[in-house]
Amino acid sequence: MALDDSKKTREFKVVGTRPDRPDGIDKVTGRARFGADMVAPGMLTGRVLRSPHAHARILRIDTSRAEALPGVKAVVTRADFGAVPAHVADIMENCLAGEKALYDGHAIAAVAAVSASVARQALRLIEVDYEVLPHVTDVDEAMKPDAPVLHEGRQQETVPPGMSGNVISRCEFGHGDIEAGLKQADRVIERTYRTAATHQGYIEPHACLATMTADGQGELWVCTQGHYMVRNTCAAILGMDQGRLRVTASEIGGGFGGKTTVFLEPVALMLARKSGRPVRMVMSRSEVLRATGPTASTSIDVRIGMTKEGRITAGFAELRFQGGAWPGSPVGMGAMSGFAPYDLENVKTVGWDVVTNRPKAAAYRAPGAPMAAFAIESAIDELAHGFGLDPLEVRLMNGADEGTKSSYGPTYPAIGLKATLEAAKSHPHWTAPLGKNQGRGVACGFWFNFGGDTSVSLSVTPDGTVTLTEGNPDIGGSRAAMTMMAAEELGIPYDQVRTVIADTGALGQNEVTHGSRVTFSVGLATIAAARAAKAEMCRRAARVWGIDPDAVEWEDGAARPAGPNAGKFPPMTIRDIAAIAPKTGGPISGHHEVMAEGAGVSFATHMVDVEVDPETGATKILRYTVFQDAGKAVHPSYVEGQFQGGAVQGIGWALNEEYIYGEDGILQNAGFLDYRIPVASDLPMIDTVILEIPNPGHPYGVRGVGETSIVPPLAAIANAVSAAAGVRMTQLPMSPPRVLAAIQAGG
Amino acid sequence: MRYEAPRSVEEAVTALAGQTGAHVLAGGTDLLVKLRSEMIAPELIVDIKRIAGMREITAEEGGWRIGAAVSGAEMGEHEGLCADWPGVVEAAELIGSTQVQGRATIAGNLCNASPAADSVPAMVAASAVARIAGPEGTRDLAVIDVPQGPGKTALGPGEFITSIFLPPRGARSGDAYLRFIPRTEMDIAVVGCGISLSLDEAGRISGARVALGAVGPKVILVEAAAEALKHRALDAGALDDLATACARAATPIDDKRGTAEFRRHVAGVLARRVAVIAEARAKGDTA
Repeated sequence: MALDDSKKTREFKVVGTRPDRPDGIDKVTGRARFGADMVAPGMLTGRVLRSPHAHARILRIDTSRAEALPGVKAVVTRADFGAVPAHVADIMENCLAGEKALYDGHAIAAVAAVSASVARQALRLIEVDYEVLPHVTDVDEAMKPDAPVLHEGRQQETVPPGMSGNVISRCEFGHGDIEAGLKQADRVIERTYRTAATHQGYIEPHACLATMTADGQGELWVCTQGHYMVRNTCAAILGMDQGRLRVTASEIGGGFGGKTTVFLEPVALMLARKSGRPVRMVMSRSEVLRATGPTASTSIDVRIGMTKEGRITAGFAELRFQGGAWPGSPVGMGAMSGFAPYDLENVKTVGWDVVTNRPKAAAYRAPGAPMAAFAIESAIDELAHGFGLDPLEVRLMNGADEGTKSSYGPTYPAIGLKATLEAAKSHPHWTAPLGKNQGRGVACGFWFNFGGDTSVSLSVTPDGTVTLTEGNPDIGGSRAAMTMMAAEELGIPYDQVRTVIADTGALGQNEVTHGSRVTFSVGLATIAAARAAKAEMCRRAARVWGIDPDAVEWEDGAARPAGPNAGKFPPMTIRDIAAIAPKTGGPISGHHEVMAEGAGVSFATHMVDVEVDPETGATKILRYTVFQDAGKAVHPSYVEGQFQGGAVQGIGWALNEEYIYGEDGILQNAGFLDYRIPVASDLPMIDTVILEIPNPGHPYGVRGVGETSIVPPLAAIANAVSAAAGVRMTQLPMSPPRVLAAIQAGG
Repeated sequence: MRYEAPRSVEEAVTALAGQTGAHVLAGGTDLLVKLRSEMIAPELIVDIKRIAGMREITAEEGGWRIGAAVSGAEMGEHEGLCADWPGVVEAAELIGSTQVQGRATIAGNLCNASPAADSVPAMVAASAVARIAGPEGTRDLAVIDVPQGPGKTALGPGEFITSIFLPPRGARSGDAYLRFIPRTEMDIAVVGCGISLSLDEAGRISGARVALGAVGPKVILVEAAAEALKHRALDAGALDDLATACARAATPIDDKRGTAEFRRHVAGVLARRVAVIAEARAKGDTA
């Protein structure tokens, strides 16, 4: 759907205001029901036995002693599932190991018992014989020809012969001639950057409640970013028709991409099928960290040439991402996105997807892009400073604009990169004085955004209020945003619309809540559904008035004759029309189904001040400002929340968060004590500036905003820390020991 | 699992006597975490909070006796204690979150025997003494002698700490504690340093106790640091010697929280910073 009349600025009445979210009271009073909050009569507790080895062949699993324990109602292993369709084979393997355990924490077996303590005891009675195999957890080590190989026969044709079997695929993007471009540069720098694996760190652990009836119908209550995806995946794994499995999404305590696949759900359903009882499973934090998706750790080489005036003559990056034990690291998106903010004649990126003995990477907010941006934005910053140039001016000089052929192929329509840079340049933060041991960094970031399958239904109740039914879990205030767009379109107050997240039985297929797609796609479908309902209400009024439906228009929540020639009738409000609906044709609703396209890309510029303690290497974030294009901010508070949240996760990634593996391949820090996400006292208020460059692909101009905000922080903070410490940091996290060592080596 | 809440030390001693798998509950901020994470499966939990005196801070011979169930927050609200031993109080107040502060005790912090325990270096610097009850009666043991290694204490079977005694705060003396953590709170010390200083009338150091945490299997009292400071003004040279002595005394390991080299260096950095604060307090600065 195209932007409504892009020539004149639309006057919004509801969109752009800041009403309270409809789910707010329940969430602040503890009434909201999350994954672990559901109970069912006769419910069992499910628990998972996990591999203590990084890599091991499973020679034998004997569950007989566990099954004999009183109170144990079912035990399942991979053998219970049989063969599964190819498109879910890796997911199945991750949910329960087959021939090999591929990482520390890999699920081996599961039990359902009458209590948690019986389930715990039962796990201890399961005997597993392992043949421990050599392991590899580092991406560069895994690419070496003599590295232990996880899978045979998975390497794709894109990989040249002779490389380790752990290298699964190669991808390449770009245009122009890199070598020719580098020759035009006054300086070329080559650097290698490394980033650690980080976890999404959602507060709510994975949890679900499964029931299966004797006639093969299933129900699942689950904390997920996409219950339609859960339905489709579990149905494939369990050999069920999708229509026989009904999935309801609980409220969700964070996901950030990590809840876009399944871990416990097929296992819980199988335990329920075997036991004939409802089974609830809830992960501990340690299980979440050991066995659910962190993002990739990376090793990236960058080569960039720049003229002394600041023009980038060529940009090249080679990205190596390990995505855990199965193919599918986000290296492709990293390779596509890293140079996307720039208008370059010569640009090329090469990406390598590598497997290691770590948990399978799941999506994490703009998957792949933050690491690529860290490397490329660090190199650009170093070049700019080397020439004594203003890093914002250098980015403006090279910045992409409408009509630019992007580094990954498409030519941009209207975009907001330069608007964010101009806003940054004129913001008081940019010129604020800095003290001793302090430094300022800036960086840009890009994210594609996404649309996808969307189905919504909007019904007018007999009293003239409105229920909007959609199929995407509310993870960032989307109920409020949908309610606002429906109210805007219908011309009625916000409190006259209630938005419900429906189960999979209520609507057509809805794509997962990912790709910053919901406010864009579901919003677009909501507007279309509201327009369908309005058209129907105009027809009803026309029928009452005895005039042509084309002679009726909708304005301010009421049908009105369109101009004096249509006749003189008092307006009929939505309440008036609803009240007589039975006499004019029955219930009134509007719905819309679409494979949404035209999600506008979103750019951001981040600016951060830090202070580095030269004696301890500790970094304090002093000031942080996010400048991002939202297209149109439907609910500005929640847009700001997305900007702030991405920045904060980026701060954690930049400074302290990392998966630490021992020599034995065992995760050393599977808890929030030693996996250090920032706490409130680590952070300043994150300031935000919303830019609104309308997306040509949405009626109101909305762009997704959820992911772009995590793309610039790694580089912006690295640039600031490097300035404050007087030494260039090229490896994350910039933890105090690492920064201190760099200062001491540099001094 | 049984739970008992005796009303007297004698009852508690009786309950604990001869009982295997018994754990003492005061604040519970370590015990309950271990229970929930399935690290322990106690047969008996003896809650000492209801024993008379356990939740009291009382003046005794010019010093302070702190009951074993007194929380960090309660210590922070006690004016006399804060005036005399601000370093011990600030160490106790670093343990956990605001919620944990309402429960966590310095006796429990000591018994948990973590090398990184925040209150322990501060107590050692303060020459604190633990009073221990047990089947053989009551005994006093210097806090420095309580931890024997990670998770190990000098407490015998059936023994538990009933109180911690902080001696009289002498004239012209002050203490302080700082720790290094990668975050600003909700974290565990990578290095901790507690120092108590006494000054003579000329402002020179007449006595010093310097203790380090998290840089060895148990708290370290750095005698060489005390020697280095003695009879000197706390000038740049003295601070350099202090830092060197602390870095030398530290016996850290490389682990996920920091390298040995980093910890040794930071032990010296912290010691300088702590000594400056302790000296200011000894000179009457109440900040």
